[in-house]
Amino acid sequence: MLGALIVVFREVIEAGLIVGIVLAATRGVAGRGLFVMAGVVAGLIGASIVALFASAIADMFEGAGQELFNAGVLALAVVMLTWHNVWMSRHGREIAAEMRGLGAAVSSGQRTLTALAIVVGVAVLREGAEVVLFLYGIVAAGTNTADLLLGCVIGLAGGAALSALTYAGLVSIPSRYIFSVTSVMIALLAAGMAAQAVQFADNAGLITIGSTVVWDTSHIVPESGLFGKLLHTLIGYTERPSMLQLCVYLATLAVTAILMRLARPQMAQRPAAAKG
Amino acid sequence: MRVSLFAIALLTLIGLQPATAQEFSITIKDHKFSETELKVPAGKRITLTVINDDATPEEFESHPLKVEKVIPGKSKAVVRFGPLKPGRYNFVGEFHESTAKGVVIAE
Repeated sequence: MLGALIVVFREVIEAGLIVGIVLAATRGVAGRGLFVMAGVVAGLIGASIVALFASAIADMFEGAGQELFNAGVLALAVVMLTWHNVWMSRHGREIAAEMRGLGAAVSSGQRTLTALAIVVGVAVLREGAEVVLFLYGIVAAGTNTADLLLGCVIGLAGGAALSALTYAGLVSIPSRYIFSVTSVMIALLAAGMAAQAVQFADNAGLITIGSTVVWDTSHIVPESGLFGKLLHTLIGYTERPSMLQLCVYLATLAVTAILMRLARPQMAQRPAAAKG
Repeated sequence: MRVSLFAIALLTLIGLQPATAQEFSITIKDHKFSETELKVPAGKRITLTVINDDATPEEFESHPLKVEKVIPGKSKAVVRFGPLKPGRYNFVGEFHESTAKGVVIAE
């Protein structure tokens, strides 16, 4: 049971943290619960489909289908996260103002919800497919099924608890700062995912440059440990980053920072003009 | 021409050079790897075919090799890694970590 619990929990950590961050980043936006839920449900359905066609996907592109699929969905998540940040740097003030007036931002926050629902969906999809396959293995093997399934349920509950904990931690930040904090977290999340995506592209044989490992901190913070896994999800920590991963990580942060600066409304020149 | 030579020199300098792949194979049976030690040449791209002879899925995972790949039951998958520095690189079948263990030795 403990083995199943650990495997499942390890897989749901990433999705759990992301759901928590997304909920905090959309604080005060009306309808966010529905969007996040839709993301989770779509992700679960997608995960089951991916698990069902795992063999077919793996066989595509000369056996690199799984890696390319992972790289693709991660890249999609990176674009959506970056878009959210850029959008928030333009409209964050409106949302905050609307929240003060109505208690919730009914009109202005809806757009970014779609982007973040996709991010949630992708996170659930990626980790969920592995959980589904693992569960299938347990059921197919038929030994101690009930016991192992109990472990899985506790593992899943652990992931949900982690979401709640992340959210509770983030919303305790004073509301003046919360969007700044979540913007930084989302930028780091995106950079980490971008670095992960290029590694999958490397594993697929799509990219064969920059594979050289820059440093090895596996003896200090092993990625297989809980702390390493948390850092991996939150800031994209990798115990042995490749040259390419490091470059892409830094480039993603730089591009996000530049785009956010460009998108920021110039208050002096066009007061209250940033609508839409 | 001079520009491309310069570019290659620069890429080589910062470790961005491409490398050719060498092929290996390993089998999973009864949640164990057929070889617990796999010797590969250092400094080369490696293509490893992992054959899963079990009916249940397995996840070939190695943080040292920077590889994670789900292999459905009764099928095979290709994982690519390297070029490696000489040394030992542990890998596991994540779904059966207590029995499915092995190490890639690059030399």
